[in-house]
Amino acid sequence: MIAALLAGAFALAVMAASQTTPQSATTPVKQTAAQSTAPPQSATAPPSQTQFVPRGGLTTVVLDPAHGGVDLGARGTEGIRESEVVLVFAAEVRKTLEAQGFQVVMTREGNDNPSFDDRSARANAQHGAVFVTLHIASTGVAGTVRVYVVPDIPPSGDATGLIPWDRAQGPFVGLSHKLGDFVQAELTKRFRGSPDTALVAPVRQLRTTAAPAIAVEISSVTVPERADLDHMVSGVAEAIAHGIVAFKPSYVLPVPSGTPGVAQP
Amino acid sequence: MSPQSRVWLAGGLLAAVLAAALYFPALRHQVRNAAQLTEKTAEQARRELLPVMPAASSEPKVKVKMFWGSGNDDGLLRAVTVELPLSDDPVLRAKEVLNTLLAGPVDSEARTLPPDAALLAFYILPDGTAIADFSEALGTSIPSGIQSEQLAIDSIARTLEANVPQVQRIKILIHGQEVETLAGHIDLTQTFRVNTKVPGAPIPPAPSAVSAITAPIEKAVKKVENAVKR
Repeated sequence: MIAALLAGAFALAVMAASQTTPQSATTPVKQTAAQSTAPPQSATAPPSQTQFVPRGGLTTVVLDPAHGGVDLGARGTEGIRESEVVLVFAAEVRKTLEAQGFQVVMTREGNDNPSFDDRSARANAQHGAVFVTLHIASTGVAGTVRVYVVPDIPPSGDATGLIPWDRAQGPFVGLSHKLGDFVQAELTKRFRGSPDTALVAPVRQLRTTAAPAIAVEISSVTVPERADLDHMVSGVAEAIAHGIVAFKPSYVLPVPSGTPGVAQP
Repeated sequence: MSPQSRVWLAGGLLAAVLAAALYFPALRHQVRNAAQLTEKTAEQARRELLPVMPAASSEPKVKVKMFWGSGNDDGLLRAVTVELPLSDDPVLRAKEVLNTLLAGPVDSEARTLPPDAALLAFYILPDGTAIADFSEALGTSIPSGIQSEQLAIDSIARTLEANVPQVQRIKILIHGQEVETLAGHIDLTQTFRVNTKVPGAPIPPAPSAVSAITAPIEKAVKKVENAVKR
């Protein structure tokens, strides 16, 4: 198991290296929030970070309709089941993103329930991707939508540059905040009463995802009628697509120090 | 069969019918009671087996800040001040406030934790990490969702922060085990920061009864020594 996770981490590092297009050998190091808490490096160690844009830039969105299979998720009145409703939202988001020229990868399209790690693995195998997990809440003011990003994840301090699987989101937290704020702003334009900026919560699904990653939660399964949620589908899809388009120029990824094949400044 | 035997037989049958008529209602009552017992959930049984918290009624009542929901379904917390008899011992103090949090506010809409959840164990490690072990109902009865699960964690953390300064972070277990999520969303494999004001500060020892008595005496002795020196 540990060997498999290490192999996965190594694959992540090598994958990043093979896609690298260093912007400049002298590009100043831009630290993400997570890196700002890193312990001081030794005098002989290279600077901790450089940045790169994956070949082709941001091209792919991995969409994750949450729950599925025996896991029905939140259940509300009128027999509304989160695991079914998120598939309807995901289909519309996919259509809208494809119309904007993005490639869309789904973690599930039917009533199956991949594990958290399987869903993250779909995203971690892509180049130039962001990850969006879709949820319907049990609570919250009906007709509002919130975006969540994870809090800072301290780096593991591994000098080899390998990213442990359970901290895969660490280097991307800053970018995830940026993506979250763009998408939340678009949602709040369409759904009054939603927050102005993305909220922070340790969502399990996001922690193992090595890409800018957000969770979108729609309120709620307790609406009086299923039609109340169906009316939100196109607005949510547009907001997510517009938010990702607005984020696209910010898609500049950090490269872990010690990554094989990556030129260090 | 002789007429005398028939009379005896009829008498015996009549007595049996009368005995059955008297016994069956009592039997039915017993069966109903037994059925009700088996209907009790494992959670209820576990709660009954829990050691009764030592009554802190002898302690003076102090004002305690509890963090329940706002009651507006907006995912926000509201501080409510209540009076509780609290111990100086941080573990007993934490148990008392968490049990009060579980009992819930007067307004059930503002509840953040499921009513059938129970605190099974609580202790504090020397580095200020508290371990709170809750019954399975914490995960199975809470409304599923990022907002509702985060609200539950925040209400626990903020209530401890306000009332038990010795706790710096908290690890939540379910029935003695580490679980991946609370109810499918919020990550429970990590610890949650409680006291954000003093990160990394050493944990002050709990005031003991002995030090409370000896401290004023030591202070008085020092005063006398200083006066003699002068």
